[in-house]
Amino acid sequence: MPSLLDHLIIIPIVLPLMAGAAMLLMAERSRRLKAGIGIASVVCLLVVSILLLLQVDTMPAGSSVRTYRLGDWPAPFGIVLVLDRLSALMLVLASVLGLASLLYSLARWHRAGPRFHTIFQLQLMGLNGAFLTGDLFNLFVFFEILLAASYALVLHGDGSARVKAGLAYIAINLTASLLFLIGVSLAYGVTGTLNMADLASRIPTLSPDDAGLLAAAAAILGTAFLMKAGMWPLNFWLPTTYAAASAPAAALFAIMSKVGIYVVLRLWLLMFDTDAGPLAGFGANGLLIGGMLTIAFGTVGVLASQSLPRLAGCSVLVSSGTLIAAIGTGNGAVIGSALFYLVSSTLGIAAFFLLVELVQRLRDPGADVLSVTMEAYGETDDDLEAEVGVAIPATVAILGGSFVACALLLAGLPPLSGFLAKFGMMAAMLKTDGNGVSASSWTLIALLTISGLATLIAMTRSGITSFWARMDDSVPRVRVIEMAPVLGLLLLCLGLTVAGGPAMRYMEATTQSLRASQEYVGGVLSGHPSGTGPGENAR
Amino acid sequence: MELILALAIGVLTGSGVWLLLRPRTFQVIIGLSLLSYAVNLFIFGMGRLRVGAAPVLENPDAVDPSLYADPLPQALVLTAIVISFAMTALFLVVMLASRGLSGTDHVDGREES
Repeated sequence: MPSLLDHLIIIPIVLPLMAGAAMLLMAERSRRLKAGIGIASVVCLLVVSILLLLQVDTMPAGSSVRTYRLGDWPAPFGIVLVLDRLSALMLVLASVLGLASLLYSLARWHRAGPRFHTIFQLQLMGLNGAFLTGDLFNLFVFFEILLAASYALVLHGDGSARVKAGLAYIAINLTASLLFLIGVSLAYGVTGTLNMADLASRIPTLSPDDAGLLAAAAAILGTAFLMKAGMWPLNFWLPTTYAAASAPAAALFAIMSKVGIYVVLRLWLLMFDTDAGPLAGFGANGLLIGGMLTIAFGTVGVLASQSLPRLAGCSVLVSSGTLIAAIGTGNGAVIGSALFYLVSSTLGIAAFFLLVELVQRLRDPGADVLSVTMEAYGETDDDLEAEVGVAIPATVAILGGSFVACALLLAGLPPLSGFLAKFGMMAAMLKTDGNGVSASSWTLIALLTISGLATLIAMTRSGITSFWARMDDSVPRVRVIEMAPVLGLLLLCLGLTVAGGPAMRYMEATTQSLRASQEYVGGVLSGHPSGTGPGENAR
Repeated sequence: MELILALAIGVLTGSGVWLLLRPRTFQVIIGLSLLSYAVNLFIFGMGRLRVGAAPVLENPDAVDPSLYADPLPQALVLTAIVISFAMTALFLVVMLASRGLSGTDHVDGREES
């Protein structure tokens, strides 16, 4: 049964680990070689993850879960890696972002500090591992790997703003990790297992006392994950940190907050979906309300941002909030569109983070502050002479075009993929088969619309000050290798729009297999010793 | 035994949280360390307390697992200790950098005036 192709699942973890470790042995000045190895590794990752995605997608419905036993121990005893539609999707997303930000960093940023390439590879390894693992404690270990790498990436490039933001970021995440550990050990104490599938299969058979403890464990775990995802009120660190990080690091971080979302989505649908007995639907309201508050907080933040990086950081919050609230609705069709939104908004935000740095090269410092205060005090600058016939240089035109594309994506306007995603979510919420649309759905729809409008206002305002109302006519130096990743990410979003049908079909299949948790449980535990079902050998 | 462990976890967590909320970086890192000790004890407790029981099964054919201690939480604690130790070291370096750049050990990077 084991063929070489079965080992493909482990590649996304082993390859960056080997590449990163090998680069540690090389001298700091052999950057060209390191860059070559890094690019080769990320390109391989991309190819492998696309292969995995195709493999998963062609598997028959009802058995789309593949496992890989580490050390060949059967599932509840040994650690397994689990590949299903959701994890394959996240792997592709991570390697796309990895490739884009690594290419971007080659222009300048990889020279800004020591061992950038090693840390970058380890970050990818942590991300891939977190997406693949099927074991709670192993998830903790991969979380620590990706966090340790992200601490270094936040600080990459030095400067007191980064160190200050990094200090808060590390303290918050260490605390979140401790909460994670408490939750994991509590869940182990109640159910006697750390395997996610085994855990899910034991939940319906828990006694009421134990069910209460497990609910506490899930709440503590949820707090830890939602801290990373940036749910209000646990997200004050996020815009500051993301704004302080260097552009390629911030672009990669766009998927890091999605790791928290991914885990919540996976565990919540696995553990507390309709067949979870007394605990079915536990925490749904918390997610829904928390998500909506996050959207509101992010919207206010977007409007009040006085610098472009901070604006990008706040739009991460809006995107996280939308996803959390969509998960909280517990409606399969909404979650399907939310997955589409996840891909589109992650690509859009990453492109925006990369673009922001380029745009900032052509604006004078203080323009952002000026644009907000001018609006607040109702002042207009009348003394601008009419500049007729000034040719727009090609660089500025490309930058401006990309900026417009980012604005459309983040605000969710047609014709780009952000619109399809938001429209899908709203349409799914309004389709209730005769029952009235609930008040919470109306609130969420209103919040989605308002957040889109606010993003549009904020982006337009800073777009005008950076492209139209520039004080000098100098053209910034932007290299092709910096512009190509931004355009590539935006083109991917365009591709997502054009191929909206197939993409949406994949997302719906993903949601269906997520909701059919028996499929996941059965797939993971199929190597179980025959005769004893997963629920029967509880202690 | 249960009471002592519970008290130890409670005292460590309480002091840890209090220190974590203090404004000096030194207090924050000691608070995080105390919290991680509390969490380690907690993980240990989740394997059920048992005095004088071996965690290793000697004769795998005819054993009553209830006579033995659970070895898994011990392995988890070991991993957690190593990870939190490494993270504390990393955090210390960042704190030193912050102290050097800002000239103060306040967590905000400036003294409150």
